Amino acid sequence: MNESRYSKQIILKGFGLPAQQLLQDSKVLIVGLGGLGTPCAQYLNGAGVGTIGLIDADIISLSNLPRQTLFDEAEVGLFKVDILSKKLAKQNPGTHFICYNEFLTAVNALAIISGYDIVVDASDNFATRYLVNDSCLLLNKPFIYGAVHEFEGQLSVLNFKAGPTYRCLFPGNAEISNIPDCNDNGIIGVLPALIGNYQAIEAIKIITGIGEPLSGYLLIIDTLTQSHFKIAVSTNPENRKIHQLLESYLTPVCNRDVPLIDAATFKNWQQQKKQMQLIDVRTVEEFTNQCLPKAKNIPLTELYTRQSEINFKLPVITICQTGVRSNSAALLLKTEDDQRQVFSLLGGLQSIL
Amino acid sequence: MKIISFGITKDITGSLFMDLDMGEKPISIAAFKELLFKKYPALMDLKTLSFAVNNAYTNEDTIVNNQDELALIPPVSGG
Repeated sequence: MNESRYSKQIILKGFGLPAQQLLQDSKVLIVGLGGLGTPCAQYLNGAGVGTIGLIDADIISLSNLPRQTLFDEAEVGLFKVDILSKKLAKQNPGTHFICYNEFLTAVNALAIISGYDIVVDASDNFATRYLVNDSCLLLNKPFIYGAVHEFEGQLSVLNFKAGPTYRCLFPGNAEISNIPDCNDNGIIGVLPALIGNYQAIEAIKIITGIGEPLSGYLLIIDTLTQSHFKIAVSTNPENRKIHQLLESYLTPVCNRDVPLIDAATFKNWQQQKKQMQLIDVRTVEEFTNQCLPKAKNIPLTELYTRQSEINFKLPVITICQTGVRSNSAALLLKTEDDQRQVFSLLGGLQSIL
Repeated sequence: MKIISFGITKDITGSLFMDLDMGEKPISIAAFKELLFKKYPALMDLKTLSFAVNNAYTNEDTIVNNQDELALIPPVSGG
């Protein structure tokens, strides 16, 4: 460890070299590399967390940039985990990064999380939040919950020393939570950065033992009125009785959760001659009328039974006329196997022809 | 009673803070919920909604009165 790099932290009262060494020895997994995850990763990396795991299968899109300011326009269309790890490695060459270009699922969650001391839940959907909760309970790992809505953020440290869990905040399961995941309401870019940084400081507190982790409380911050509400939460022991993961944590059925590729990114990939497989899910008649070169036609109604004709070693782009059927197609292919790299062409053929 | 509506409940009630006159008689959260849902039927669509009284999570048996501050806390998923 380069002590001079961390001298400002080391001279903090109650911190010192021992706390810095604890950071160096710690392993933190960040689930989701969006508005919460990127700033959190940046500051944990700066602070000297020795091992940082980064998991997300998404690509950078233009509309990410107002809140994911580490990414730039030239990187639109590239995988978040690749770009972020590259930038963070430059920022702090002393950090060991472990990258997962996939989404957290009931299949991979336990194997991945078991390698870490702490998990930062920086995801953007309820299914993943319940999955993180259940996995961390089974593996006895604390995790730091952060979430945002419009101008409002929530923060809590969960499963810390037998403290409250996500279900103590919000009982139920992903299946029955009907609050829209696909938050088309919008978000002010700076807000997730605030909450992501709060998550980072909570991680540092847990690792080093300084201060009081935000366990037993839900912090709600309303940035429009700058009101902070620290709400006491008690542990319901029933919520701690988890013996196995659910069979599946439903990926919410809404467009936002279908990985999308916009027309500009798609054209970029074409120009770069990027290897990909185009699956046109319109009817045979529509396809015969007009189609993209190299596109393969599998009508949506036949897609389920004809999946074996698709080469999933390449990124798969589903295409239709306007982008509605291609969403269903991408969702279908992802539901069969979440590891698949599938993107639905936003706006359909009419957006690129 | 002072009501604080967080997350999506703010979209339903229309503001973060509001005052509801509940009368002099203390009532349970369950009874209050019924009144509130009558006034804002869209709240019924939320399958998960937590309540806090005076900055602490509470259950439906808790008795509240006009001087209490009650928060509606729905889950929030954005990241």
